Amino acid sequence: MTLALALEQLLNGLQLGVMLFLMAAGLTLIFGVMGLINLAHGSLYMVGAFACATVAAWTGSFWIGLVASLAAAAAAGALVELVVIRRLYDRDHLDQVLATFALILMFSEGTRWLFGSFPLYLDIPPLLQGAVALPGGTEYPVYRLAIIAAGAVVAFGLYMLISRTRLGMRIRAGESDREMIGALGVDIRTLYTVVFALGAALAGLAGAMVGALQSVQVGMGEPVLILAFVVIVIGGIGSIKGALLGALLVGVTDTMGRFLLPKILALFVAPAQAGMIGGAAASMLIYIVMAVILAVKPRGLFPAAHA
Amino acid sequence: MKKMLAAATLALSMSTAGMAFAEPLKIGMITTLSGGGAGLGIDTRDGFMLAIKNAGNKDITVVTEDDAQKPELAVQIADKMIQSDKVDILTGIVWSNLLMAVAPSAVAQGKFYVSTNAAPAALAGANCNKLYFNAAYQNDNLHEAMGEYANKGYKKMFILAPNYPAGKDSLTGFKRYYKGQLAAEVYTQVGQTDYAAEIAQMRASGADGIFVFLPGGMGIAFMKQFAQSGVKIPVMGPGFSFSQDVLPAIGDAAIGAKASGQWAPDFDNAASKKFLADFQKEYNRLPSIYAVQAYDAAQLIVAAASKASVKNADAFGAELKKADIQSPRGKFKFNTNQHPIQDIYLTEVIKQNGVITNKTVEKIFSDHGDAYAKDCKI
Repeated sequence: MTLALALEQLLNGLQLGVMLFLMAAGLTLIFGVMGLINLAHGSLYMVGAFACATVAAWTGSFWIGLVASLAAAAAAGALVELVVIRRLYDRDHLDQVLATFALILMFSEGTRWLFGSFPLYLDIPPLLQGAVALPGGTEYPVYRLAIIAAGAVVAFGLYMLISRTRLGMRIRAGESDREMIGALGVDIRTLYTVVFALGAALAGLAGAMVGALQSVQVGMGEPVLILAFVVIVIGGIGSIKGALLGALLVGVTDTMGRFLLPKILALFVAPAQAGMIGGAAASMLIYIVMAVILAVKPRGLFPAAHA
Repeated sequence: MKKMLAAATLALSMSTAGMAFAEPLKIGMITTLSGGGAGLGIDTRDGFMLAIKNAGNKDITVVTEDDAQKPELAVQIADKMIQSDKVDILTGIVWSNLLMAVAPSAVAQGKFYVSTNAAPAALAGANCNKLYFNAAYQNDNLHEAMGEYANKGYKKMFILAPNYPAGKDSLTGFKRYYKGQLAAEVYTQVGQTDYAAEIAQMRASGADGIFVFLPGGMGIAFMKQFAQSGVKIPVMGPGFSFSQDVLPAIGDAAIGAKASGQWAPDFDNAASKKFLADFQKEYNRLPSIYAVQAYDAAQLIVAAASKASVKNADAFGAELKKADIQSPRGKFKFNTNQHPIQDIYLTEVIKQNGVITNKTVEKIFSDHGDAYAKDCKI
């Protein structure tokens, strides 16, 4: 194992972490402010990817597609909030889970109906094609570096939004006492819709960026959703800072586990066996990390104050 | 006299083509129509239904359900199809882990299972069953062919497959024929969509060739990411990694990739040309390897049903085993373990008139069976 390989894997872990952060930020924001468990968050990720792929195919520009993905996911999020989610705030979590699970099915079938079951294409824009040289003599895809940069920008933007703006102040107030800010005359319904649309837009952005790396297809959001839930449970439900650190932890743990576990096992057993056992163990690793963290800190790394 | 003979022949041929079977035949198709593997299931269903439609027989009914690539769902559907739909034959499962959950219990209940794709080693050897047929191959076959191909000019291979029965069969098959050195043998998660960690290992491995078995959406993701990574090692794989269901989505990144297959759209035989024309007319796209396999599975069932009743398992099984069909693959017959003996070719991904597809390069194996048939006692 060389230093260059370790560096490349670390970047891979960061990139996965940044992606997960975009998903987890919306999820944790929505839970923190509205107390709502939104399983359909993965569907909004899918909406973003499909919007980007479709618009990019129409216009020939990935960038217009990217803007479209933000708009489409935010619009889908706002619509869902107005029509369905609004009725769920006062219900218990089981009702929320059932209703948002139904939304997953509706989004998936709707998308299949519109686009068919075959994956769509979405190519990386020419500007971000190819790889650049890294110190240590290795190369790294430009596009993945761009994802890391985009994630850093979003994280900084969210921090500024929440700590420096009036909207952010209301979000923080909503997190600590929902009834009170309603009583103080803040239009809580609009605030909820805005927060939901914001979370949806972040998911849509993640979907669009990942869509160019992978394939854009129905059901692409659910595996990411599961990881995003792991992230917010580790980070502390409702905490943006927790979501960021949790996402980076999960991203790096998963990538490094996939890379190192088979190598470590290969010291003890035959390579074929090591590959198989190591691969299986690596897929469990983040859940083991989650279990350990919850054993030490049952409410996650950064528990939100009110919960 | 000549005229009379011609009329008699015509009448006879019409009577066999449209002949009603002794009893109606009900086929249950369980396949993947949603999620990342949907492309494979859709081609399976469409290829199968094309042969059923061509047979034009009203006594055959097919019920189709989506397993969403989930073993537990496949088991539920199989139970329902056997108990309430009363199907005679089950077919259609794409994935070996799902097949292992369904086929052994279906044949234990006296139903035929004719596989259109999944062919785990566990059902080809000592645990073969006279009610279980495979119309596609044995899982190892296409990988064995690539192992044989890699012997020419590749000294150190990096091999990768998902961690499930067909993935293990894949790398076992490859290693059975490959004589060179292995840089690494890596197993990934089924359904994994990000291969950055594996590509980094390939870059650092010093391999001179890469063999990947990643069917469906997994292959699309891998090839796109590989193309962006700056790694210049040639990639090869079994036909699934570059089959027609994934090529449009991979795009130009796939061009030049070598793969193995029992069929490619440029096959020069009458059955293949007819199949290709019929499929394109019906569905307006190029068929994949999965469509061919399912098409042959349906042809096999139709041919057997025209000779024997499915209620008489021994007679029906014997007819199935004769494999009296015109396969687009050309030669096709069953081995003693009821898996195919067929030719396997090397193919290359090309762009032809703007369409990315496979062309045949050379034959790798002639009349190739599998390594497990000798353990099968039926």
